This record gives sequence, structure tokens and C-alpha cells, in this order.
Amino acid sequence: MSGHSNYEPKGAVARWMDSRLPIVRMGADFMAMPTPRNLNYWWTFGGILTLCLMIQIVTGVILGMHYVAHVDEAFDSVQRIRRDVPYGWLMQSTHAVGASMFFLAVYIHMFRALYYGSYKAPREVLWIIGCLIYLVMMATAFLGYTLPWGQMSFWGATVITGFFGAVPVVGESLQQWLLGGYAVDNATLNRFYSLHYLLPFIIAALVGLHIWALHVTGSNNPIGVSDKVKTDTLPFHPYFTVKDMFAIVVFLTIFGFFLFYLPDALGHADNYIPADPLLTPAHIVPEWYFLPFYAILRAVPDKLAGILLMIGAIGVLFVLPWLDTSRVRSMRFRPVARWFFFIFIFMCFILGWCGAETPDDPVKIMGVDTGLSFYRLSQISTLYYFAYFIIILPILGLIEDPVERPASITQSILDSSNKPASGEVMAPAE
Amino acid sequence: MALKSVRNLIIAGGLATASLTGVAIAAGGDGPAHGYEMVQPKWNWSGLTGTYDQEAMQRGFNVYANVCRACHNLDQLAFRHLGDKGGPFYDERYPNPNDNPLVKNIAAQYEVVDIDPEDGSEITRPAVPADYFPPIYSNDVEARSVNNGALPPDLSLMVKARTDGANYVYNLLLAYSHPQPDYVELSPGQYYNPVMSGYKIAMAPQLQPQAGLFEYQSDTEGQKPPEATVEQMAADLTEFLAWSADPKLAERKSAGLMSMTYLVLLGILLWLSYKRIWRRLKKSEA
Repeated sequence: MSGHSNYEPKGAVARWMDSRLPIVRMGADFMAMPTPRNLNYWWTFGGILTLCLMIQIVTGVILGMHYVAHVDEAFDSVQRIRRDVPYGWLMQSTHAVGASMFFLAVYIHMFRALYYGSYKAPREVLWIIGCLIYLVMMATAFLGYTLPWGQMSFWGATVITGFFGAVPVVGESLQQWLLGGYAVDNATLNRFYSLHYLLPFIIAALVGLHIWALHVTGSNNPIGVSDKVKTDTLPFHPYFTVKDMFAIVVFLTIFGFFLFYLPDALGHADNYIPADPLLTPAHIVPEWYFLPFYAILRAVPDKLAGILLMIGAIGVLFVLPWLDTSRVRSMRFRPVARWFFFIFIFMCFILGWCGAETPDDPVKIMGVDTGLSFYRLSQISTLYYFAYFIIILPILGLIEDPVERPASITQSILDSSNKPASGEVMAPAE
Repeated sequence: MALKSVRNLIIAGGLATASLTGVAIAAGGDGPAHGYEMVQPKWNWSGLTGTYDQEAMQRGFNVYANVCRACHNLDQLAFRHLGDKGGPFYDERYPNPNDNPLVKNIAAQYEVVDIDPEDGSEITRPAVPADYFPPIYSNDVEARSVNNGALPPDLSLMVKARTDGANYVYNLLLAYSHPQPDYVELSPGQYYNPVMSGYKIAMAPQLQPQAGLFEYQSDTEGQKPPEATVEQMAADLTEFLAWSADPKLAERKSAGLMSMTYLVLLGILLWLSYKRIWRRLKKSEA
């Protein structure tokens, strides 16, 4: 934990416990953590994500009591849950919609880190653990989507596990080893269920490390200038607990809107048809949160190259702290980089759009044919995606002239409250 | 500062909702073809508070039992489900649907396979409410062989298993009369239907006015049921199938209303708490 502990055990029992297992001290320090006072609402997603994980685990454990992992019964057992288990419809919908909400929150959390440079020193390990969490989340979501054993479950699993077959030399044996057979079947469903139950607890452990690392370095903040004086920070409780709770309730309202009024809007109708290995759906499309990566996968004609690109798209995030050469954290003070960042977000949406469409179809905007196929569009946006990390950020850091930053968090707050600049000396680069 | 935060929050919330709604719209499949315009009735269960109309569901079940049942099963339904709260034959006098005489009567009209308790031989007996709708064919091979190679799909989830399912089912039943373009070639036993994917369907038009299939009867005295026109039958059937795909809709929406109200009130209280706690800070600094 950062800084020294201010906890003083009161009473004999508390002292006895504190000298054996200082768990109360840990909790107290946790709540007292000095937190930059200028955090905005983009910083509330950490708390929101913790709640998302808890919701998924609780609803998932309950669903696991009723779900049957067998190819002949899985589909019907989900329907039994929705129709006959008391509040089963609520548990199942919460779990399914919750997966989408989890990804929505994690993407906002990641974009926030990208914009405010939260991956830069000294938070590289914090960032890398976050990338690991995201990776395990993707695996968990994919495995979970297989379990209802609808058409998209089956064919999605077939397509994704097919990637492993493209690995040179060992591909075919690797694929069979993963599937437990020559095709997606009962053995696959069983192991996917087992792993889907396991991985969330690994995520929980990684989240523990993520929060630990956060408490060592402290939170980044919107101006990216490290806290220096005591007035820069506030204790986490009550200032940020109450703010996070408010944001959580706003988030839950959006969650509830989908859960209660559009429970199927984020899913795919084909998954209400039981899996049929002999009937391929017209379009095999992953869930929305995988669409950008699906577009990258299909952006090149070669299967193996596509897979390497897709892995690279996530892999590049792990080395980002060393790719971005700028010493200025927050994009607020990077007049050029911030526009490249906004284009980057835009391109991520374009990739998602490409992933949802058929590659050969022409791109139409408001009914006007642009003469561009989705295949080309996905190539352009894939190129930008990688260029942003590998070319733009490394070069911009060297040539860009950042705007002067306030000396401290306190100073930035003073500056914004009395608008005529007080003529303070600006801080040198950190 | 606070205003800016609120602005950011609104942007975030708006972006989240907009992008997810965009996803939801983008997920919509291919529409019908050949100039066929989807008819989009105002369904009873649409909107934030709409629920199914019980009499319409009952008429719809009649259509299913008299027409669709010839080939299509309701895999996910037991007879008792018909008498569940929110279901077509729910009666508040019978909270346990197994006691509901209407449900018992309906079940008794179906034969299910069972085992003779005396000698273990296979027998058939009239169904009871706890039984599921019995399959029509003993297996898919038999189903295909008597249906010209086509497999009549399960209807219990049909409205969820197609994009914009309610309008799909309704229009599919009505679209047969749409003029067939010359280039669509049909094999024997196929029919033209612009709503069906591929525009060819193995199901003959089932709801025809001249057939005089049956007349609607009303259990309520003095109330005249609507005339069983093709449109009326299609709409009622859709209402029944929408319920069978999503039987907890009423429960879901009422839970939604309560949850959303609670969340909004809690949100206001938390906002006020947040303002109050942070105000402390400004005072001490001044």
C-alpha cells in the first residue's frame, strides 16, 4: 500500500488481531487511500467492473445449479431455467445481458486508460494485469456463449476452435486436443463448461492483483500530473465511494433498461434454434464485443495471417507502455495525439461495423454506395489500428509539442475556478 | 467542475446506450424481398408496459391446435404452462395450473406415450397438464419423409428464433399472395414466399378464407368473438406464439418498472449525498 498506515487498533481484541493478521488494517488503509481529487466519471468504471464481475459470478453459480452440460439437454435446460425455475428468467437474462454490460464497461475503462495515459510509468504492471484480465474475460465470454448450445453457440465454437487448426505442423492435433474429438461435440461442451466455471475465479484473482498494483502506484488522474501535495488528494472514503456508488446506479439503470425491456437486443436470434451440426447458419457472427477483432481476422485472405493479426491486436496492448514515447500522460495536453486518439476510437467502431457485415458487400452510407467493400474498409481500419500503436504513438511522442501542464492537481483546480490565469510557473516535464 | 462531470456522465451514458442500440439495430437480418412491404401491426405486448391479451392468445392457441399442430410441435411447452400466470388459460381460481379444468381438458385431447405400470409395455394414454406437448413425428427422418424432405420447425420459440420474430411470423403467413417474380423457380412441393429466407417454403399456405377452417367461439357470454379472417387468425396465432417464446414478459416488465423506479430514486439520493459530502470540502477550504 502506498504511504504509511494511519490505522490505530482500538481495544485489546483489535490489537491482538492486528499483530497476527492485520486484515482490519488492510481494509482501513484501503478506504483511506489518498485519491486524486480531480478524478472524473471516467474513473468510476473500476468500481463498476468489480460489480459486473460479482453479478456474473453470483448469477452464474445459480445458473450452474440448473444447467445441464450435455448436447442433448443443454438447450432445453436453459429453457427450463427461463420457464420453470423461480426467477430463472431473471438470472439467465442478467447473466447474458451482464456479459455485454461487462464488456461495455471494460472498453470504456480501457479507452479511459488510453486517453489519460494510465499505462505509462509507474503503472506498466497495473496496465499489463488489466490486459490479462481482458484476455481471460474474452476466453470466458466465448466459452460461456457456447453453453446454451444454440446455432450460434455451436457454429461460433466451430469457427473459433478452427483457428487452432491453422497453426503450422501441430495445428490439427492441437485442435483435436482442445475439442476432445474431431468436431465440436459433447466432450467440447463439457470441458467448455468446466473452464467457463473456472476462469471467472482466475479473473477475480487477477482483479486482486490489479487493485493491489493500483494501491502501490495510486490512481492516475485527468491531468496526468502525479499528486505532489497533500491537497491534491482526498481519502477514498467517503469522497469516492459515494461518487462511485452514484455512477454504479446510473450504470445499473442502463443495465436494467436492456435487462427488462430489450433482453434479446444484444444477442442473436439464431441462438434460439437448437444447435444443428448439419445446418450452417447463413451468417456466423460473434457477439458484438468481439466484432472488431473478427473484422481484423478477416482483413487478410490468409487464415494464419488473420489469426496472427488478431492475436497481435491484443498483444500490442501489452507492450504499449514502451511504444508510447511521450512523457506527457494525459492527452489533454497533447494537441496532436488526442485527434489521432479520437480517430482510433472511430476506427474501432468501424471495425465493429465491418465485423457485423459480409466482407464482400459494398459499404453503403445512408443508402449511397461508396464503392468500397467491407473487406477493404476492414483493411483500412486494421491498418490504422496497428499504425496507431506502432507508428503514430512512438513518433508523435518524439516530435509533438505538448501544451503546458498545471504544476499540480491543486493548481489545476485553482486555475479552472478563477479563470484569468494566475500566472503560475508551469511544471517542468515529469 | 461539477457541471463538466455531469456533462461527461451524460455523454458516457448516451454513448453507451447509443452504441448498444446501434449494435442491436445492426444485428437485424435481411428483410423481405421483391417489393414486399412488411406489415407491422401494433402488438398488444409492445412498449414499456404492454402485455399479451388473454383472449387473443386463446384464439391463437385454437389456430395452433386446429391448423399448425398438423405438422409443428411446441417443444418447450407443457400443457400446465398454458395455465401459468400470464398464460392463455390462466384462471386466478387455480393458482396451480394442474388443477385448471380448461388445461386438463386441452391436455386430455392429446395422446402421450407412457409405460404400463403393470407389465412395462409401451402404451399411450391421454395427456395430463404435467405432460409436455407430445412430438408429432417419432424422429426427424419420419418428419422429413412425410413433408417432402422439409422439417417442420418447433414453434414454441419461433418468435425469438427469428429477427423481428412476431412480424416475421405474421407476415410469413400473409405473404403467400405476393406476386412471384419470374426468376424464382420452384421445385414441386415448394411455395413462393418473399418473407422466407431464400423465398421458397415447403409449407403450403395454411390460413385461407375460403377453407372456412373454423369459427371463433367465445367463452364469455354475450361477447361476440372477432370474425376468423386470415389476418385475424395470423395475428392471434402470433400473439400465442409470442407468449410461448417469452412467457415471462409481463413479470419481466413489472419487475422492470419497479427496479427502474427504485434505481432512479436511489440515484437521486446518491447524487444528493455526493453533493453534500463534497460540499464539506469547499467549506473547509474557503
